[in-house]
Amino acid sequence: MRAIETSENMPENSEGRGQLSMSKRLFPVLTVVSLFLFVTAPIIIVRAPYESTMGLVQKIFYFHFPSWMAMFLAIFILGVASGIYLFRRTPAADRLAVAAAELAVIFGLMGLITGPLWGVKAWGVWWQWDARLTMAVILELILVAYLLLRQYGGAGSERLAAGLGIFAMANVPFLYVSTEMWRTVHPRTSVVPTLPVEFGIPLWWSFAGFIVLCLALLSVRSRLEEQRATLERLYLALEEE
Amino acid sequence: MTRLDRRGSDHAMAVALGLAVVVLCTVWAGGETTVAAQPPEAAQDEFVPMGDIPPEDQLPAAPLLVAAYSVVWAIAIGYMWTIWRRLGTVEQELADVSRRIGEREQSQE
Repeated sequence: MRAIETSENMPENSEGRGQLSMSKRLFPVLTVVSLFLFVTAPIIIVRAPYESTMGLVQKIFYFHFPSWMAMFLAIFILGVASGIYLFRRTPAADRLAVAAAELAVIFGLMGLITGPLWGVKAWGVWWQWDARLTMAVILELILVAYLLLRQYGGAGSERLAAGLGIFAMANVPFLYVSTEMWRTVHPRTSVVPTLPVEFGIPLWWSFAGFIVLCLALLSVRSRLEEQRATLERLYLALEEE
Repeated sequence: MTRLDRRGSDHAMAVALGLAVVVLCTVWAGGETTVAAQPPEAAQDEFVPMGDIPPEDQLPAAPLLVAAYSVVWAIAIGYMWTIWRRLGTVEQELADVSRRIGEREQSQE
């Protein structure tokens, strides 16, 4: 009689186990680095000069902008992984896409909360339905739709969700250049490359912290998906017996 | 001038005097009302620039900044905790299923 394949001896799981061990190794390193960057970021931000027109509230920017960049990275991973799954049917790519989509929602939420906290001081209102802000909400909703589809879509929803993931990735460049294309109340993205050094250091420090945090969370979230897939295979093996 | 004419002339004079008093009173009273209806100062017809907002009108930035940073930390820590919890549940279930499979294999041998 054929021995039941456990999580330890499943040959089809060798790739998954390789990823698991890599994620196990990567996660502590990435977490320590991101913690270091996050803990030291406020010190660097406090020492940064005040912006002439916005004053103290401008310092929200050092967390607001990197949270969107981390979201864009997660969406890029989601889009690429969705493309690979759609054309090659690689289950590992699908699991990576799910993890990245959840992270994109989390970082998008950070951006959507920190933005109005800055806006109420800078603009006098919490929210404006202008092109940039509206597109940001729509992108967040697309990602939430992706997660809902994966949760409640049933069998076959993976392919539909993969299409949605690619669609979300296609939205990112439009969102990024929206302040240049349309007249919006949001500061232009051209502000970032022209930042003086004293503003640039805290920004890129926080940026590094968010990117490393995103990768750390992605590694542990992918591990969760891998473990779920292994569990599913084990249950199937049990039922077959 | 007859006596009757003089009486009529006096009557007309009294009426005219009375009307004049009424008109004067009306003008005086109306003028007072109009003056009372005016705003104490003229309406604003220009905006005057000012260097700084008065302190009582300023929205404090520090609580907003602290709130923004707190929200980011709270979301990151909260999300990490949910992953940890979900991972713990799955790994426990995985260990349980692996144990059941092992027991079944042993009993079959």
